Amino acid sequence: MAEKKAKKGKGSLKKGKGSPKRGSEGVGDVCDSDLLSYYKMMLLIRRFEERAGQLYGMGLIGGFCHLYIGQEAIVVGMQSSLEDGDQVITSYRDHGHMLACGMDPRGVMAELTGREGGYSKGKGGSMHMFSREKNFFGGHGIVGAQVPLGTGLGFANRYRGEDRVSVVYFGDGAVNQGQVYESFNMAGLWNLPVVYVIENNKYGMGTSVERVMSLRGGLYERGVHFGIEGEGVDGMDVEAVAEAGCRAVKRCRAGEGPYILEMNTYRYRGHSMSDPAKYRTKEEVAEVRKKRDPIEKCLQRMRERGLVDDAEIKEIDKAIKARVSDSASFAQESPEPSIEELYTDVYVE
Amino acid sequence: MAIEILMPALSPTMTEGTLSRWLVKEGDEVKGGDVVAEIETDKATMEVESVDDGVVGRLEVEAGKEGVKVNSRIAILLEEGEGSEVLDGYSSGSVNGGVQVVAGVVRKEEEVVEWESGVVGGDAATVEDAGEWEGETKMVSVREALRDAMAEEMRRDGDVFLMGEEVGQYQGAYKVSQGLLEEFGERRVIDTPITESGFAGLGVGAAYGGLRPIVEFMTFNFAMQAIDHILNSAAKTLYMSGGQMSVPIVFRGPNGAASRVAAQHSQCYASWYAHCPGLKVVSPYSGSDAKGLLKSAIRDMNPVVFLENELLYGQEFEVPSGEGSEDYVVPLGKARVVRQGSDVTITAFSRMVGVALAAALELSEQEGIEAEVIDLRSLRPLDRAAILGSLAKTNRLVSVEEGWSFAGIGSEIAGIVMEEGFDDLDAPVMRVSGKDVPLPYAANLESLALPRTEDVVRAAKKVCYREL
Repeated sequence: MAEKKAKKGKGSLKKGKGSPKRGSEGVGDVCDSDLLSYYKMMLLIRRFEERAGQLYGMGLIGGFCHLYIGQEAIVVGMQSSLEDGDQVITSYRDHGHMLACGMDPRGVMAELTGREGGYSKGKGGSMHMFSREKNFFGGHGIVGAQVPLGTGLGFANRYRGEDRVSVVYFGDGAVNQGQVYESFNMAGLWNLPVVYVIENNKYGMGTSVERVMSLRGGLYERGVHFGIEGEGVDGMDVEAVAEAGCRAVKRCRAGEGPYILEMNTYRYRGHSMSDPAKYRTKEEVAEVRKKRDPIEKCLQRMRERGLVDDAEIKEIDKAIKARVSDSASFAQESPEPSIEELYTDVYVE
Repeated sequence: MAIEILMPALSPTMTEGTLSRWLVKEGDEVKGGDVVAEIETDKATMEVESVDDGVVGRLEVEAGKEGVKVNSRIAILLEEGEGSEVLDGYSSGSVNGGVQVVAGVVRKEEEVVEWESGVVGGDAATVEDAGEWEGETKMVSVREALRDAMAEEMRRDGDVFLMGEEVGQYQGAYKVSQGLLEEFGERRVIDTPITESGFAGLGVGAAYGGLRPIVEFMTFNFAMQAIDHILNSAAKTLYMSGGQMSVPIVFRGPNGAASRVAAQHSQCYASWYAHCPGLKVVSPYSGSDAKGLLKSAIRDMNPVVFLENELLYGQEFEVPSGEGSEDYVVPLGKARVVRQGSDVTITAFSRMVGVALAAALELSEQEGIEAEVIDLRSLRPLDRAAILGSLAKTNRLVSVEEGWSFAGIGSEIAGIVMEEGFDDLDAPVMRVSGKDVPLPYAANLESLALPRTEDVVRAAKKVCYREL
């Protein structure tokens, strides 16, 4: 799979034109700052997911729970390329996306535990959270469904003549869905401002890409016949992602139509909490963790560039741990939704 | 013997049409397959081909003539060697048993079906067409009423737009969107590829983004490709988001059996969609309801499935017009009593309201049974109060629907009546429905498979304990 070598992309990162920028919770405001913000957000996502895994093991989180560990660089790098008002939509592996969008870890964790303080008041769960305020449009549990939905967000932007861009994340498993190509066709035909981000983590649940795909070239080439260009990106390198993301978003915003980014990535955990991941070897996972881990790579670069010293790193780790602990406490203390909530929010009255 | 060219039918129910122009004149030589004339209905212009070689002996209908009856002779073709004296044997107007064939212009089947529909069996006179409207009215087809509803709402709100297959340049597969492209342009009247899942999903996404899409399905049969987005992406999102994300969108198009289009194109989806919380489901009968309900649906903040009926498109009703009529809306969730009666309640929706009214008339005239007919109009929310109120008066209930009875709308009504109106029942509820088979193509079987007036009459007599 062709991967573009990451250029040092800071200079090309487009700063938002409007102010104020995305809230301090998100990483939108760090687009052109430095690795440090990327690092903080990636670490927040990882620690958050590890904690979610623990709470699941304790029986505090139920149902399906899909962790994002290993793929953090993608949402963090992509989010840095967005401006206020740009929209994000993704699948059910969505915790990292929400944190990167600047959603409050407390609200996300409390939704995982099914509590009143969750983003959906406990009625959505791990796979279904939204934030109008942060322009995060879910959280969708049907493989591939978010692709036409996100294309529709792009359609709405163009309809209103607004220069917002919609970013649609989907996995390698969804790439085979018919509705993905139905969407590519319309996005190409109508020149919609949509960046399609394929998170290719090599496995659709327990089946490797090679086993279910008639492959010729990269997945980023699947838009070619719809007139949609794309490129492969090292999804384990946050700077490479940010650089490619900024270019893609910029051209989209300039009216040059949709674009596809295929992020070459890897998930360390199983498909969901109940997946023992026997379809791959422990060595395979260990190898990736050792050589390609996005957070380690980021840390190493920060050190090389003299951006942080060990004491600062310790401080950061401590602060993030505290924040995640706070979210976990909140998620356990927040009460279950009141029983009246059973019948609310079915219709807008 | 000369060859007679007869006025062709463009659909099984067409009875007459306009001969818009001749492409040949008397004395012209024609070959089989040559186009000799154009005929039109309000939906389409079609070409008439000659089926044989010959010389045009006589054109019997002037170009531009309207109301030319199907199977009446429009021209006579002389065969080789025949002279014009042969024409003397053909008195004008009477058909001697000639040959005719309509042009074989190959198009999609949806397009060639122009159901003039005529009288579906209803006694339209008993319908209070314009509901509570007290202003001016005019006779308008359901097709135009739907178009007017969309046009008015699009004028009112710039976020409303229409998308679907053939809605723009083609003017709608059933001509419901006629004129909209001209008025609103390509930005707001959008022709889509034939990819229901994709464009329905895109429409839902546009609603997430704050717009108010009207998604037209050429028929609801094709919406099965998109049902995931209708349910999972539209209906459930408000709940799943804890009330943050409303999805104001209308999915509309013809539902149910048309005529002779067989099993895959003839299904009623009322109970499928009505099953689902988060959706509103509407299925009008009259023109004023079609217009008033569609306007309400477009203004509603929830996803609405709007089930039309192809056979009703050409039917005309009194519809509010003139001053203030653009504000005439019909609330969702309210049924309407379209015929008062004391002996038995008949519930129906969409085209079946016509069947129920016809049955009511027959019951009154032949049996002395006065049926109260309720047009449900909305299936979710269902107007329980109207049903139970009528039951309290008549103590008997027959439900009529075109779809299958298993887990159908009638089953739901029977359940409600059992749970909430048991003491009012003097007889078991009867369900009249489509037969439990995929819809057959053969005309006789198709007719048997769909609810007929006599089925409703029989059911009503049965709950009144009359001899069958």
